[in-house]
Amino acid sequence: MNDAIVLKYQISPDDFTRAGEASSDVKGKLKQLGISPEAVRKVAIAMYEGEINMVIHANGGEIVVEITPAEIKMVLADVGPGIPDVEKAMKAGYSTAPDEVRNLGFGAGMGLPNMKKYTDDMKIETTIGVGTTITMLVKL
Amino acid sequence: MTVQELLDSKMFAIVNEGEDTAREITTVFCCDLLSIAMGRAPAGCAWVTVMGNINTLAVASLADASCIIMAEGAQLDEMAVKKANGQGITVMGTELPIFEAALNIYRKLPKQEKEAIV
Ligand SMILES: Nc1ncnc2c1ncn2[C@@H]1O[C@H](COP(=O)(O)OP(=O)(O)O)[C@@H](O)[C@H]1O
Ligand SMILES: [Mg+2]
Repeated sequence: MNDAIVLKYQISPDDFTRAGEASSDVKGKLKQLGISPEAVRKVAIAMYEGEINMVIHANGGEIVVEITPAEIKMVLADVGPGIPDVEKAMKAGYSTAPDEVRNLGFGAGMGLPNMKKYTDDMKIETTIGVGTTITMLVKL
Repeated sequence: MTVQELLDSKMFAIVNEGEDTAREITTVFCCDLLSIAMGRAPAGCAWVTVMGNINTLAVASLADASCIIMAEGAQLDEMAVKKANGQGITVMGTELPIFEAALNIYRKLPKQEKEAIV
């Protein structure tokens, strides 16, 4: 693990114009590192959905990406409201996003399902009133 | 068909000519809901949509679409145009409805790519 590359990003809340910048940056860096296009795409999609969720649902937060020759690990930590029912939140189509978010094309309730679909492992730790930490792995 | 060939065909107006225009268009994809597009848009697709905000550009880039076609005369907003420029994403525009725009691209795809869709 000592040859890990670690990238850190602060995600600002409610700023849809900047949402996705962290994911774009990671995408660019992975490309430069010569990671396969399929793996880059998986990481980009999963991280973007997580990043957008932090902006919409959780007052922003921090994303740490760790790259090793074997895998890419993404840890998305926020101090938002937490997720009351994770099983329900994971269902395709379930969303509590407000109308102004829907008008931007989000809030289809596909984010968490997309994150699961595009990663090899996903873990959600969440406590009401404390925050949510989502850990995702893409194997290389 | 490459993105450059689609640009050169004059089928659509050019909104922004991106970087990787030598790229092959793998298929056509239609959707306006960004999180569905994020999960479903195939890599290398020409993505036809009416949703023209800055997040459309982010989704196209991250889901690895080859280009965006704005249908129904929908416009990219100012910030989205800047983003397309900055990220080198090819965007075209047309007055055609989504289906007709997509069908016109489909007709130009090589046979094996058409068969992969149907
Ligand atoms: N980081 C988070 N903090 C709090 N709630 C969240 C978070 N991420 C997701 N959720 C909840 O889970 C729901 C489903 O998320 P998702 O599948 O991404 O759909 P969408 O973002 O379109 O609503 C959200 O509507 C929200 O209620
Ligand atoms: Mg979401």
